[in-house]
Amino acid sequence: MERTHDVGLRPPRHRVDRRAPAWWTLQAAVLALPLPLVFGALYLFIPPARFVFVWLFLAFLVPGVAYMAVMPVWRYRVHRWEVTEEAVYAVSGWLWQQWRVVPLSRVQTVETLRGPLQQLFGLSGVTVTTASSSGAVRIKGIDRRIARDLVEHLTRATQATPGDAT
Amino acid sequence: MSRVGAGAAGDAGWRRLSPRLLLVNLGMLSGPLALFALTLLLTGAGLQALISLGSLLTTFLVITWIGTMRLLTTRFRIADERVELRSGAFFRSHRSLPVDRIRSVDIHAKPLHRLFGLASLRIGTGGQGSPSGRELRLGGVTRSQADEIRRLLLDRRDRARAGTRPSRPGEAGHGPIAETDWAWLRYAPLSLWGLGAVLIGVGTVARALGEMRINPLDLAAVTHLRDRFGSVPWWFGALMAVLVLLVTGAALSTAAFVEGWAGYRLEREGDDAYRVRRGLLVHRSVTLERRRLRGVELTEPMPLRWAGAARLDAVAGGLGSSEQNRSRRPLTPAVPRQEALRVAADVLTEERSPTETADLRPHPRVALRRRINRGLLTLAPLVAALPALGLWLGPAAVHAAWITALLGVPVVLALAHDAYRALGHGLRDRYLVVRAGTFARRTAALQCEGVIGWKITRSAFQRRNGLLTLGATVAAGDGCYKVRDVGVADGLALAEEVAPGLLAPFVERVPATEPEMPRAARP
Repeated sequence: MERTHDVGLRPPRHRVDRRAPAWWTLQAAVLALPLPLVFGALYLFIPPARFVFVWLFLAFLVPGVAYMAVMPVWRYRVHRWEVTEEAVYAVSGWLWQQWRVVPLSRVQTVETLRGPLQQLFGLSGVTVTTASSSGAVRIKGIDRRIARDLVEHLTRATQATPGDAT
Repeated sequence: MSRVGAGAAGDAGWRRLSPRLLLVNLGMLSGPLALFALTLLLTGAGLQALISLGSLLTTFLVITWIGTMRLLTTRFRIADERVELRSGAFFRSHRSLPVDRIRSVDIHAKPLHRLFGLASLRIGTGGQGSPSGRELRLGGVTRSQADEIRRLLLDRRDRARAGTRPSRPGEAGHGPIAETDWAWLRYAPLSLWGLGAVLIGVGTVARALGEMRINPLDLAAVTHLRDRFGSVPWWFGALMAVLVLLVTGAALSTAAFVEGWAGYRLEREGDDAYRVRRGLLVHRSVTLERRRLRGVELTEPMPLRWAGAARLDAVAGGLGSSEQNRSRRPLTPAVPRQEALRVAADVLTEERSPTETADLRPHPRVALRRRINRGLLTLAPLVAALPALGLWLGPAAVHAAWITALLGVPVVLALAHDAYRALGHGLRDRYLVVRAGTFARRTAALQCEGVIGWKITRSAFQRRNGLLTLGATVAAGDGCYKVRDVGVADGLALAEEVAPGLLAPFVERVPATEPEMPRAARP
């Protein structure tokens, strides 16, 4: 490879599912909304302390809503994945982004993981682990059937390579 | 040696733990018993004392009972291809471990065990982060038995792995690589560990006193001190306090060094293993398989770096969970840098240690700016908080703010420059060499074949400035070793050199005008 200053990593081929942003929004809401809701309720029920709670309410609501609005869209632009003959390649994150490459010959286990929220949207996540304690690649928010096929494909591909993958 | 594995099949060959364990159990009883007798002698038989000491004694009796039952019910044997362990009266367990799966056999001896010439064997199979259930423990065999079993197991394992290859190592293979040199003791006080321990201790005592509602200033010893020295100026008192803290910290560090590294010996065991033995009160013996060794890491905490010293750790797989890995990976204590490099070269069987860092490639200047920004961002809240305090404390706090800023900024700049100078990466004799860190400078050298994947991370700042952090994942040590803030082209080229063909299919040319390298979304 030439040492020029205009090389970069190309984005993997497949986007995550179209329903993923909705799932991330719901996830963000579960994380960001309870606290402002509590302060809102306190604002309604404790009139003498309203001047405190209105500020607390706003201080937690505004960043929370901004997070809910920005994060899912941004993530959807970033999250991508791809499986080639030799490797699994995935990109994730939004502010901090992560590119991961694991050769199929080093894959130890392949598993699917579906949280309750993901199930609600018919989504699924695939985790590909290696012998390294920080080597797992996670592809989240893809369609359930695609995930199933992916796991099957990866399992077959990794069984084809002998060795203990360290 | 044949005694241990005499019975190969059937019911024969089962052995018990050493009966001396009974003495150890009694030894555990002797402390509370002595206390009991002493209290009775001193106070007469107060009911309160009787009850508390009685309950203490009961606890120890129960522990001893459990220990005795374990001794009576535990049996182990080493058949040709497996180690077997049976234990338990109520919950019977029978575990067996194929010999060729053994990755490490460690000998460990607690002080009370040592008093009676006993030791524990830990037979490990684990990969990284495996549950502790994956190791087999023989707690309480005699020292000589422990050594014998260990040698036997490693021999059998090697034979099982290598087919019929005789694995008695050639004499050339044996021999120490490094041994304790008491001149190293001079580096011991430079460890900040002791100071931390003192601070934690002081904090704990203060909290305990607070819980008990005792004002430390009212204690007799303290009032006595205050009466004698109450008239000295405050700065003198503060200076003395700092001095006392530093001296106690240094003393503790030295004590910890002596405890941990007395009798240290790093030696070759045959052609494919190393063994580290060390410890004064607690004996540790760790066997590292060369097959599992992926590299070494040289650590130079700031005080040690100033003194020209360094520590050496192994980057190896199969050392257990990350906590176990931390206690098993040291190859040397703080030793002169040259000595650490020599040991590194010896262990990796190279001419020169790949961690010699004369010609590492530096990182782009933008990385320096990132370090300066980070330092200033850490300093800013402190400086900003002081004038805010000034609302209560008056103008003195504002003065404190600008003085802090004036002193803090040069310190931050110096640290940032040091951190930037520490950054470096390179490829040397099939080793990926990575260096970073200012408070603790770490230089890791990893075998390229050990790299089993890439983890590239980029923050918004890094994306704007054409940097990336290239993480090499390995099935050993900390799991991921990072080349921080390297230029995009340099980083990708390095990845290609280390593991040819792995990243290449995903690298493309981008128009040079666009610094935002991986445009994630394209229609």
